[in-house]
Amino acid sequence: MLRSSLRQVSAALKEGRVTPTELCQRCLALIKSTKFLNAYITVTEETALKQAEESEKRRKRGQPLGILDGIPIAVKDNFNTAGIETTCASNMLKGYISPYNATVVQKLLDQGAVLLGKTNLDEFAMGSGSTDGVFGPVRNPWSYSKQYKEKSVPKSHSEDEEYNWVITGGSSGGSAAAVSSFTCFAALGSDTGGSTRNPAAHCGVVGLKPTYGLISRHGLIPLVNSMDVPGILTRCVDDAAVLLGSLAGHDPKDSTTIQDDFKPFELPDLPDVSKLSIGIPKEYHAPGLSSEILSLWSKAADLFKNAGAKVVEVSLPHTRYSIVCYHVLCTAEVASNMARFDGLEYGHRSDVKDSTESMYAATRREGFNDVVRGRILSGNYFLLKQNYEKYFVKAQKVRRLIANDFGKVFGSGVDILLTPTTLSDAVPYTEFIQEDNRTRSAQDDILTQAANMAGLPAINVPTALSERGLPVGLQFIGRSFQEKQLLTVAKWFEKQVQFPVIQLEEAERHDNGVFQHQKSASFS
Amino acid sequence: MTGLALNCHINKKSLFDRKHYFYADLPAGYQITQQRVPIAVNGSLSYSLCIDNKMSQMVTKTVRIKQIQLEQDSGKSLHDDARSQTLVDLNRAGVGLMELVMEPDMCCGEEAAAAVRELQLILQTLGSSQAVMAEGQLRVDANVSVHHPGEPYGVRTEVKNINSIRFLAKAVDYEIQRQIEELGNGGTISNETRAFDSKLGCTVPMRDKEGKQDYRFMPEPNLPPLILYDAKSLPANMNHQQVINIDWIRERLPDLPSVKREKLVEQYGILPEHSFTLLVWQQDQNCNSRHSNEDGLPEFFENVVKQTQMKPKKVIGWILNDLLSYLKQHSLTVKESPVSSFLLADLLNLLEKKEISSTAAKQVLAELWKGKGKTPLETVKEQKLELLQDQKELEQICQAVIDGQENEVMAIKAGNQKVLNKLIGLVQKKTQGRSNPVLVKQLLEKKLSE
Repeated sequence: MLRSSLRQVSAALKEGRVTPTELCQRCLALIKSTKFLNAYITVTEETALKQAEESEKRRKRGQPLGILDGIPIAVKDNFNTAGIETTCASNMLKGYISPYNATVVQKLLDQGAVLLGKTNLDEFAMGSGSTDGVFGPVRNPWSYSKQYKEKSVPKSHSEDEEYNWVITGGSSGGSAAAVSSFTCFAALGSDTGGSTRNPAAHCGVVGLKPTYGLISRHGLIPLVNSMDVPGILTRCVDDAAVLLGSLAGHDPKDSTTIQDDFKPFELPDLPDVSKLSIGIPKEYHAPGLSSEILSLWSKAADLFKNAGAKVVEVSLPHTRYSIVCYHVLCTAEVASNMARFDGLEYGHRSDVKDSTESMYAATRREGFNDVVRGRILSGNYFLLKQNYEKYFVKAQKVRRLIANDFGKVFGSGVDILLTPTTLSDAVPYTEFIQEDNRTRSAQDDILTQAANMAGLPAINVPTALSERGLPVGLQFIGRSFQEKQLLTVAKWFEKQVQFPVIQLEEAERHDNGVFQHQKSASFS
Repeated sequence: MTGLALNCHINKKSLFDRKHYFYADLPAGYQITQQRVPIAVNGSLSYSLCIDNKMSQMVTKTVRIKQIQLEQDSGKSLHDDARSQTLVDLNRAGVGLMELVMEPDMCCGEEAAAAVRELQLILQTLGSSQAVMAEGQLRVDANVSVHHPGEPYGVRTEVKNINSIRFLAKAVDYEIQRQIEELGNGGTISNETRAFDSKLGCTVPMRDKEGKQDYRFMPEPNLPPLILYDAKSLPANMNHQQVINIDWIRERLPDLPSVKREKLVEQYGILPEHSFTLLVWQQDQNCNSRHSNEDGLPEFFENVVKQTQMKPKKVIGWILNDLLSYLKQHSLTVKESPVSSFLLADLLNLLEKKEISSTAAKQVLAELWKGKGKTPLETVKEQKLELLQDQKELEQICQAVIDGQENEVMAIKAGNQKVLNKLIGLVQKKTQGRSNPVLVKQLLEKKLSE
């Protein structure tokens, strides 16, 4: 049961094959046994059970609020949740209880979803490994999968698993791990430079970054206001469509959401890609791209060709400037957004009392980790009067060029772009931390970041297992607000590749319900 | 609306920015403002000034409006020096406000005060703000500099903590003097911020910020550009409620104070300075903040005029001298007046019909003011204030007075007409104010010439 998709389990709830309370309890139990993954910062056991009870009452009356009624979900800990601690994995907000729900959280709750807890992340969503939060790193569930264990070369005996566990990617690693390890049926992440798609690829789940302006950011603690979007993590593309339908739409509390009405959609059972034009951007053959992924990418292109789609090589010439451009704009906005953490109104306050200024300084030094402080300092530098034109304005211009690249390509008849999501499969933690956060981010964001610059929708679809037995995903990028087309293509691709289900002991132990086996023949 | 009322050019596209600095009353660490492109620019405000304190000699002056920008308010800091602590009130933090920047076209406290008074009237008329300074609805900072004629403008200081119009004039004048003295003594003026100390009537340097602040302005990413339309640029099929049409607003602007005053003068033949007093908003120096801006004095005046045969030129005197002084004395608004326009009109009609003298009328007004619900006529009857209608009786009294004042009669016959007034006064006394002075004068003159 726990390994079903959201739609499957929702049907089971509807038919009474399982009750919301049972479902909730099973998920909570699994969270407990997978504690070593460190995917959750806060588990809201009491409230979750209460919500499940309410859902059960509604379902018994035959009045469910919708498809999400009674479905256990998890939310990244940078979304405000009323009455529940929201920390952003930072000392600055340890113990901070949000007074309100983020709009997306409210929407989920209004539709009866059961909130299991807040998931772990890189501090303030800055990072690509989910390793730099104050609650420790998140472990990729695949580290404990049969598939990975079979392939890993044993070094010393019992230390194996401990040393060889791989990262989830980031910064929404907790959410990705939670979905991947079956503790919930969907999770919210955030995506500023790839933070939903990157961990989705490493954890073998679907990660959707919607078009900027489609889903409200109200209540999402901001990193880069002009690039952040709430991200959706699910086990299959259809589930992502369901979540999207329940979250998208104008929010008067977020002036950057579009006014037009959003019509939720269902994807066709048998998607047809023969009339589409798929673009392969040559610049995404980035330095450091593993040969495995390169080969998968190529095979994927062939799949589309064989199905009758037009597959063309395209060029996004300004791709190589996107990391530097992102660095300037991101740090500038970060410096601005982090200015509110002064210890006066909420959050951590230092004991230093000599003067307001010294209190600010001490509070911010104590509350933020190096990564955050580094970005604040950089950002403030770029915003200085004498530097503003040289850096900030220039970066905005480059951003426009990057966005125009996409515009030109889509304008020339290409419908969807197909690219890798990450440069390689997940690396072991010990290897990952050899380089600092900034270096890693610069490396890992390269394939995902440009979509944020241009505000375009993008999705990671788990494709195959690597030689090391770890997930690899491919990314589709679509036109603004054309999520339906994007998800249709993604669904078609998902059906083609038949990505294997993770074989996780803990999950199998907890799960004695009915679920559908996926074909074990994998695409590689 | 304010931009249109002040003849500004309205920017159809204006932008929002973040201005960063750390301060206890700024919870976000930045203030949202419009630094790059504000909503309105290049306007003007015309105001009137009395020369030499004579209301009868008014000049019109203009101060240019540099810009109007929308921005966020910060919280309020209350410094408790006794306990070395600062209390921060965040209730108003984040609330939207409008900042109006004027060009340095004014030359003294009086001008500044007059300009701000007119601005208050305009804002209230539009409904943009109640503009009561005591309530913080209108806050004024003064930028002051001095220079010799013909030379460039001097270094300016900014004066804050000005809580009323009266203090504004004082602060400006003090600062001008201080700067002149300082420069006269060979000193220099630094570009600093000073606070006005109302108790001492002077300006003092405020806590000084190290060097000049770099506010690290950055476009506000959460607020898209503010787009306004006019009739020409309004796109078809736009949802009415989603757009602002400048022309539509312009058509619906109410009459501004200057227009209202002109209309009053034209329609009723009252003097310009009367129209000023009628419109001047009664908040005044007493900072009686409970007064709403809708004093309705002009409306009261117009209502009285409608209901009486007395000419407006005469009515205005009763409004501005009698009614207004009662209101001020008792700290009442026009709406709270125990004497309604109907009652006053009634009283003035009695006066106009010569049924009572003006002295009597004032007495009646005093009685009406007590608000006991009596009509003017009832009061007149009660206090026996009717004018003597019996001419014979009046003649007799006049004769009696003449007979009793031999010296004065001789003086009048000798050509001193002023003494006649004394005789009239005596007649009035004898009749207990119930004689018509004009008639009395006629009778006396007649008798004296016999």
